[in-house]
Formats: sequence, structure tokens, C-alpha cells
Amino acid sequence: MFAAFLQYLFSGLTSGAIYALAGLGFAIIYNASHVINFAQGEFIMIGGMASATLVAAGVPMPLAIVLALLISMAVGVALEKFAIEPARNADVVTIIIITIGASIFLRGATQIILDKEFHSLPAFSGETPIGVMGATLMPQSLWVFAVAAVMIVGLWWFFNRTMFGKAMLATSHNRLAAQLVGVGVKKVLLASFALSALLGAVGGVVVTPITFTNYEAGIMLGLKGFSAAVLGGLGNGGGAIIGGLIVGIVEALASGYLSSAYKDAIAFVIILFVLFFMPNGLFGKRGTDRV
Amino acid sequence: MALLAIVVAAAPIGFTNSYFYDVGVNAMFNAIVCVGLNLLIGYAGQISLGHAGFFALGAYGSALLTTMYNVPPIGALTISALVVGLLAFVVGRPILKLKGHYLAMATLGIGIIIHIVLKTESKFTGGPDGMSLDNFKMLGFTVMGDRMWYWVAGVLLILAVWLALNLIDSPVGRALRAVHGSEVGAEVVGVDTSSYKVLVFVVSAVFASVVGSLFAHKNGFITPDIGSFFGSVHLVTMVVLGGMASVFGAVVGAVILTLLPQVLASVEQYEAMILGVIMMGTMIFMPKGLLPSLLAKLKSREAGR
Amino acid sequence: MTLLKVENLSKEFGGVHAVEDLTFSVEPGHIHSIIGPNGAGKTTLFNLITGVYTPSAGRVLFQDRLVSGLKPYELAAMGMSRTFQNLQIFFNMQAIENVMVGAHLHLNRGFLSSFLRLPAVVRGDRECRARCTELMEFVGLAKYLDADAASMPYGALKRLEIARALAAKPKMLLLDEPAAGLNATESREIDEVIKRVAASGITVVLVEHDMKMVMGISDHITALDYGRKLAEGTPAEVRANPDVVKAYLGAHA
Repeated sequence: MFAAFLQYLFSGLTSGAIYALAGLGFAIIYNASHVINFAQGEFIMIGGMASATLVAAGVPMPLAIVLALLISMAVGVALEKFAIEPARNADVVTIIIITIGASIFLRGATQIILDKEFHSLPAFSGETPIGVMGATLMPQSLWVFAVAAVMIVGLWWFFNRTMFGKAMLATSHNRLAAQLVGVGVKKVLLASFALSALLGAVGGVVVTPITFTNYEAGIMLGLKGFSAAVLGGLGNGGGAIIGGLIVGIVEALASGYLSSAYKDAIAFVIILFVLFFMPNGLFGKRGTDRV
Repeated sequence: MALLAIVVAAAPIGFTNSYFYDVGVNAMFNAIVCVGLNLLIGYAGQISLGHAGFFALGAYGSALLTTMYNVPPIGALTISALVVGLLAFVVGRPILKLKGHYLAMATLGIGIIIHIVLKTESKFTGGPDGMSLDNFKMLGFTVMGDRMWYWVAGVLLILAVWLALNLIDSPVGRALRAVHGSEVGAEVVGVDTSSYKVLVFVVSAVFASVVGSLFAHKNGFITPDIGSFFGSVHLVTMVVLGGMASVFGAVVGAVILTLLPQVLASVEQYEAMILGVIMMGTMIFMPKGLLPSLLAKLKSREAGR
Repeated sequence: MTLLKVENLSKEFGGVHAVEDLTFSVEPGHIHSIIGPNGAGKTTLFNLITGVYTPSAGRVLFQDRLVSGLKPYELAAMGMSRTFQNLQIFFNMQAIENVMVGAHLHLNRGFLSSFLRLPAVVRGDRECRARCTELMEFVGLAKYLDADAASMPYGALKRLEIARALAAKPKMLLLDEPAAGLNATESREIDEVIKRVAASGITVVLVEHDMKMVMGISDHITALDYGRKLAEGTPAEVRANPDVVKAYLGAHA
């Protein structure tokens, strides 16, 4: 009984950690630009696909991973520069279409530059399962937890302890004021996309040994990351992390105890349910519209 | 309007085989859905990333009712449309309180849930393998063959455009557009904004459902993927590409995006990339969409003379 | 009969009292002005009266009916209409259509009749357009009859909101700083419009910073400061009130 529960919990935490990273990616870009980047899932996919392809081509794994992260960040920067920046001040719907267009473009490009096959990476430290009170935990899951935790702590440090990070936060609170004190808003936007791409790609790299990846893998991961971000309240980093973990765990429990076919639907059922009662997510700012 | 009728009537002159008719029917089906969706997105300013779900429900409703319960096609179409309308009404109330990205998320969720249900309940829907159904029969008359469908779709498209144009230039339509302009501004002169948002959501869902039913009969075979997230995105792209808040823009967008894959058939592997570039490019350089941007250009050129 | 009664009304936002324990009433046919320095709670008060906000405490009675908690559109149906300090124009529509939305409550709103363009709808729209044209002329917008709202200057948009509000055939019209941002000539024209509105039997509640205008046209004034009532009475009484001079006029001198 308990062992099964623990097993579901482990698997939920693993995917939840990835959703949390993706959700954080949404939150960072949203804070900097009020854009919801529907291509967020593509960063995850690119991270996984690029590292797997490089490893398969004989590049040593650490180098392959670093390269994959850099590629993904470059894509993020290019996306901001060529697709988002020229359309500043456009409608919400317009920007949604642009980022969805970007995601379709990236999928198409990956399919051509790489291929349509499924890829995997070797697990970072072997595949001997660890027994925990009757349940088993794959070492790679530990890697996922640890890397996600490191990323989150690193981000916290970046936003609270470095000048540039603080400047980014300031921009999200008040763009004009930030501009007045000399924060380069353009630079902040670029950095937010690079950072989100990095988060996504890291998630993609660490999870690929567990889930495999192909050019379409980003769609669902991206949408789940979006639900994590909305669940936590858009623009709330901590909320996105908790949102991601909730989505991951509930999804795993539901697919274990209810129906595995509906696994992918669970995230959206939760999100609808939460939005019905809390239109700004769990931790979102509740504002009265000023008129 | 007359121009549209002429185009619909004259297009077949260039059709050399039934394949052209087939593409034409699909283009017009999409156009009808987009005319409905545009009322929601373009005029009332509320996004939906889940309308392919309503389309698929219409299609599956017709398929189930005609094959399992022997309901006549027109009855199945009507019942499906009523059920979809009711569903849209029930979910519309709470979700249309949401704004912007939250609304996008909620409608997207509804679309995906519908898609997954259709894929999973294989007892009824045949699962991912899809299900087949018969021709559309009514009053002893069978609609079959691409040519006949072409004329049916053409008439329906013109009807849909007529209805949409009527609505937009009416007290109800002005109230809808006012919701887009300023909700509180509309409220203080007596517009019950939430009811109007739900109303237009239901109307656009019913448009999608009816076309879904017809599409199912025409194709004779449907799979759950007609209701995928990508399907919804495709519909929204048609609307936005052609021109939000422009009935004819929606038609133009639907026709272009339906024809695109046919044109790109020779470079099939690049199709996704090209579609992506078109989506980004139009939105960056013509954020108002093709038709309104072109019309504005024409206008300013005339004014310049 | 008193048209509007505000009783012990309060509204707080996260511990800050924007309006506190406010009581006053508006007599029918009057031009009743609400004055006070910036942040005195005037716009919040308007939002409370018109149902945009729900009060934290207290109540609002309109024509002796309890209306606090009702939605703005329900209040509009009872005869309350307003304009906004921050314009709430429908920029996606033509100017005249903005006014026609104002007439919403008095048109055939049946969905099917609109969808099928029944003759009754067409006739109603024709009459509505004629009446809205008159209203636009009434507020001095004759030259914008064919304009898109998005192409109109600020001063014209302020009048457009008045025309829209009038199209709803209100018993009481609330104007939130109708002269703000206008030059002296435009201000005087708005002043005229308000007087004519009042003369047509509509009660006007006015929030305005332009003291000359307020003192010139008001029948009754309520002065606010920090969400509380500071003074009330005729323009002469309020002008003479030392608290008002200190809090409001003094700040400007």
C-alpha cells in the first residue's frame, strides 16, 4: 500500500521538478515582459535532443551537456531578438500566436536538422535502483531533484544577491522606474529569455535519461509548465515551483490510482478547478481593476 | 458579401478534378468555424485555445448518434450542437471571468481534456484509431461526393457570413464589441458583460460543432486528432492571420491556411517551419491581420492621391 | 423625495480607508458636486455608488431602494449612468457606435432577432442612430459623426462619454472630472453641456477639480478629505468653511 504510494510520489516529484523548472521559465519571462512564451517547452526539447545527439556523435557527456545548454540559450536569445522584440506592445493574442509560431518553427527545424526519432541519454550515475521502504528510486531521479534544487537556489541567489538580478526584478515591478534609474530594459528582456531557455534545457537534459525525447516532446512539457505557472499565480516564482510539484504529484497519483490514460488530462483538470475558484491562481496577486 | 458569393460560385471554373473540390470544402468548413470564432476573439476580445475540441465533439456526436443509435444525420447534428452549446454555456460561465493568459490557459485545458477523452474512451470512439460513419442523408436525399459537398459548404459559408454580419451590426453585436473595448464602460450603460461573453462563446462553439458534424459525414472517417491542441491553434491562427474583427478576414485566413499545406506539398518536410515563419511574420509586420492591413494600405493610398 | 442616499459608507483597500463612514444625499434635479484634494476618495465613491466596487460597510440607496451590491449594469437599468476619469471609450468602434452602446437598454436585445436582422431591429437601430446623432450634436461632437473613436482627440472623447451616458436615458448622471485635461474654452463648453443636462431634468453628480466651474454650477457641494466628509452645503457655505479652505483651497493657494 504505502510502497505503491511512495512509488507514485517519487515519479510525481521527478516530473514535478521538471514542470517546476518549466513553470519558473514562464514566470521569469512573464515578469520581464508580460509575455507567455508558448515555446518554453521547446527549450526543454532542444536541451534533450541536442545533448542526446551530441553524445551519440561521440562528444563526451559533460561537454555535450554544456553545448546543449548553450545552444538552447542561443535559441532563447534569438527568439527574443527576432520575434518578441519587434512585436513589443502588441495584443496578448498576437504575442500568443507569435510564440506558438516560434514553437512550431523550432519543432520543424529540429525535425530537419536532427531527426524524428526518439533519443535518450545514458543515466548520469548508473541504473541500479535504490530501495526506499519498499519503493524503488532511480538514481537519475535523484539527479533531477538535486539539479532542480540547485537551479532554484541559484536563481534565488541571482535575483536577490546580484545587481543584475535585482535589476531584473525591479523591471518586473515597474518598467518605467527601472528605466529611469538606468536599468537596460532590453538587456533584461534578453537575459530573461536566456535564463528561461537555460532552465528549460537543464530540465530537458536531466530528464532525458528517464523519459526519452523527440522533436514533439516539448509540447506537453511546455503546457504542463504553463499550468504550473498559472496554478502558482503568473509571475510568482515560488508559486510556479509549488505549482509544478502539485501538478507532477497529483498527476502521478491519479494515473496510479485512477487511470493512467488520463494522466495528461489531470494537470488541466486541476488548473480548471483552481481557476474556477481562484481566478489569479493559488498565490497570484489579487487586484481590483482601477478605473 | 456579393463578392464572396461570386468567388464561391466561380472558383470551381478552375477546378480540374475532385481533389480541388475536396480542398475547397475543407477551406470553407474552416472558414465557417473561423467566422464563429472571430465573433469571440476578434469582436468580443476573448481568446479561446480550445475550439477544436468543440469541433471534434460535434464530429463525434454525429458519428456516435448515427452509427450507434440510428439517429438521422440532421437530428444527430442538432443534438450534438445543442449538447456542445450547453457544455460551452456551463464551462463558459466560470472561465469567461478570467482574462488574458488565464483565459487562454483555461480554454486550452478544456480543449485538451476533450481531446484526451475522445482518445481514451475507445469503447465509444474507437480511440486513436478513429471511427467511421455514413453519408449525410436528409429527406431521402444523400449528400455525397466532393462536388455536392462543395455547394453545400458554399451555401453554409455564405449563410454564416450573413449571420455574422447581421450580428455585428446589431444591438447585441455592439454590446459584444463594447466588451472588447472596455468592460466597465459597457457595464455602466447597462450591458451585462458576463452574459454576453458566455453568449458569444456558446455561439462560436455551436458553429464549430455544426461544422464538425458535417466534416465527419463528408470525410466518412474521423480521429481524435481533429480536436488536438494544434487544431485549436490552427483555428486561432486563421482568425488572427486573416484579420481579427473582420468577418471576411477570417474567411481569407481560413482559406490561406487550408491551402498552404497543399501548396507546400512538394517541400513537405519544411511545412512546419514555413507555417511557423508565416505565423510570426504576419503578427510582427501586420498585427491587425492580412485583410485589415491591406485595406488600410489601399485606403491610405487613395487618400494620398 | 431624495434620489440618492449614501449611509455610513466605507471602503478599505488592504487596511487603507479610501472612503470612511460617509453619509450624504443627493436631491433630484440638483447639480451636486463632490470636491476634495487628490486622494480624497472621490473616484472610489463613484465606483461604490455605481457598483464597480462593493462597499466594505454601509449602504447606498437609489430612489429609496437598497442598491449596494448590485452590478453596474443593473444600476444602469435603474437609471444611473456615469463617465470616467480615465476614459473607458470603446476604441475599437466608431464614435456614434459608442453612443449607440449607451442606448443598449432601450433597444431590442433579442439574440435571434439580431442574428436574423429582423425588420424590428433594423428600425430600432435607425431610430437609435438618429437619436444618438442628436446626442452627439448636443455635446458638441457634430463633426465626429463619422469618426472612429480611436482617431478623436482627448477633449472630444470626454464629451463622447457624456453622450454615451446620456443615451442610456439616466435619471442620475455621475460625471468624474469631465473638465480634467481640457483647456479653458473646452471647459466652458463642458460647463454649458452640464447645465443643459441638468435643465433637461437629469440629476448630475459631479466630481471636479476646476473650482470655478464647481462653484459656478453646483446647487449643493459635499467636500471630502481622506475619505471623510469635511463639509457640505451650498457653494457659498462650503467656500466659507474654514476646514475646506485649509484642506483644499489652501493647498492650492
